[in-house]
Amino acid sequence: MIASLFGTLAAQLPAGLPAADVYAPGSGDFDALIPMPVLLPLLGAALSVVFARMRTAQRVISIVVLIGMVANNVILLTRIDEATGDAVGGVAVSQAGGWVAPLGISLVVDRLAAMMLVVSSLMLISVLVYAIGQHAEERRFAAFHPVYLVLAAGVSASFITGDLFNLFVAFEMMLVSSYVLLTLGGRAGQVRSGMSYVVISLIASTFFITALALIYSAVGTVNMAELSERMPEMPSGVQSGFSLLLIAVFGIKAGIFPLFFWLPDSYPTAPNAVTAIFAGLLTKVGVYAIIRTQLLLFPSDSQQGTVLLIVAGCTMLAGVLGALSHDDLQRILSFHIVSHIGYMIMGLGLFTLAGVAGAVFYVVHHIVVKTALFLVAGLVERKSGSDRLSRVGGLVRSAPMISILFALPALSIAGFPPFSGFVAKFALVSAAIEARQWGIVVVSLLVSLLTMYVMGRIWSSVFWGRPEDGVVSDRLEPGATKVPVLMTAATVVVVGLSVALFVFAGPLYDLAERAAADLLNPQSYIDGVLGHSDAGGATSISTSTSGAGG
Amino acid sequence: MSVLLAFAAAMLFGFGTWLLLQRRLSRIIVGIGLIGHGSNILLMTSSDGRGLPPIIGSADPTDFADPLPQALALTSIVITFGVTAFLFALGFRSWKLTNDDIVEDDVEDRYIARRRRVDADVEESEAAERERAVEEDRA
Repeated sequence: MIASLFGTLAAQLPAGLPAADVYAPGSGDFDALIPMPVLLPLLGAALSVVFARMRTAQRVISIVVLIGMVANNVILLTRIDEATGDAVGGVAVSQAGGWVAPLGISLVVDRLAAMMLVVSSLMLISVLVYAIGQHAEERRFAAFHPVYLVLAAGVSASFITGDLFNLFVAFEMMLVSSYVLLTLGGRAGQVRSGMSYVVISLIASTFFITALALIYSAVGTVNMAELSERMPEMPSGVQSGFSLLLIAVFGIKAGIFPLFFWLPDSYPTAPNAVTAIFAGLLTKVGVYAIIRTQLLLFPSDSQQGTVLLIVAGCTMLAGVLGALSHDDLQRILSFHIVSHIGYMIMGLGLFTLAGVAGAVFYVVHHIVVKTALFLVAGLVERKSGSDRLSRVGGLVRSAPMISILFALPALSIAGFPPFSGFVAKFALVSAAIEARQWGIVVVSLLVSLLTMYVMGRIWSSVFWGRPEDGVVSDRLEPGATKVPVLMTAATVVVVGLSVALFVFAGPLYDLAERAAADLLNPQSYIDGVLGHSDAGGATSISTSTSGAGG
Repeated sequence: MSVLLAFAAAMLFGFGTWLLLQRRLSRIIVGIGLIGHGSNILLMTSSDGRGLPPIIGSADPTDFADPLPQALALTSIVITFGVTAFLFALGFRSWKLTNDDIVEDDVEDRYIARRRRVDADVEESEAAERERAVEEDRA
């Protein structure tokens, strides 16, 4: 898809232009690395289809590709952060096919994108190992590995694209593979929830196309840097309209307040490992898109601060109340995602440095911790044969390991000091106090109390309470309650990462703050992409890659 | 011309929305198709030089229509087509499993609602029992 799009866009170069002006063959440290997070998994997916009959070969391919992605993304992050130092705004730009910015498709990696790439690739590899250990869907269906890799490519592409239409294509790559993963197996429940999930996502995509059509006819470009330059010339009503339209489009994906209802219905029906990766990554890609578009495209006077704060408050409350009323572990955690999306939107809605930094930190923290919780929920289900709070109990005695693995991320997400959740919430609340938004301060504190209650409820019934008699025996044969080593190992790694977040909370928060500073000063992003040489004080590492899309 | 196109897009959006609100997946799919067409027409109206061809040979740029919206529309058509095919497959699977393609409500929500009712019933019967016990004591 992407390759063909590169082709069509490259082909539409105005005929009369001298080639030398628009074609810039690349040189620099970054050229090869930037498109890799998209290209590697796509190539891997193609190879994986070839080896459809050989599961071991598929596993090797996926693991090698994802490890490669992790390494690549870590190098990208460290290089970009180092090359820029303390200065605001380091972007690494790769012009696909070698066509200069407004004509070709730009792939842009700044600090935020690089951070998201690193975290998401770490989650992708861990969850893949977990899925392999599970001996379930991954073993039964040849489609699992290729589709999983396309999902990885779609997620990465959404982070690094510098073009609004290409963002749509990246979203579609991610969504189409999520449809397949969600309904893998084709059980009645999956088909039922799959139908509403696909329809909702498809409506969001159509909205996105509509928004693109309106934006293109008004502004005349879909390149985000150029949009950012031209947007201030629009009448303010038009700007606010576009801004709200994009919030609605990405809000469906992120699961913000009036648009979240599909999420707790569809996520729990997917296979465990798939739910974990959806919970960790997909909603956060929506949040990333909201953060990116709101801060890059719209000048400060048309940003929807109040709207976002109200939406954030409602999202927090709706999610946590839903989590309180449900009985199924996966459902509770799914509603819980919604509640925490509210915190990220709150950070953005403040539109201050501290607020955005808090939101960025919260996104990173939430990806890791939420994935960890869903992986543990999978372990609980495997161990006890059910994930209903009313039927499971006493795991603290029968499975102390799982209890510890649950306790660490649960304490973190509930915001207990000194875990990363506390740091994230503290950053957001103090940013809100600084901005004198008392309403959202009160709501966020109330919701974090309720979150603690939700986690306590899970803990007291799953780990302390008494198991209902016969639960284990009626669903599983004897011996099936043994949890495979690989599943536990992958969970240990993700939980370990969530603990590492709190150990390295200081440097990570500084990094988030630098990323937020970049986001609030989009000029360096614009200069980096469009190649303006008169970048005032901003460092931009601009390189081009030739043949990236070929 | 653009008024006509805008009108067509509006009609497609309207009918599509009405179909989306139905319970049968087959109608929803047709609705999504219509809305998709509406948004593609909207994309086409965003280009200048309507009715002119996009790039053929070399000539003055004003003699060409803007090819970008056409490329975008083409991409979105391909994507919508693929996803629609997937939805049909889902509908077929649903028909095989349940002999129907009605999009059902969230099962878990109904479970929770029923559980509340059950709790209320239990409380009622317990209260009734207590009353009976009290009456027996008096007797």
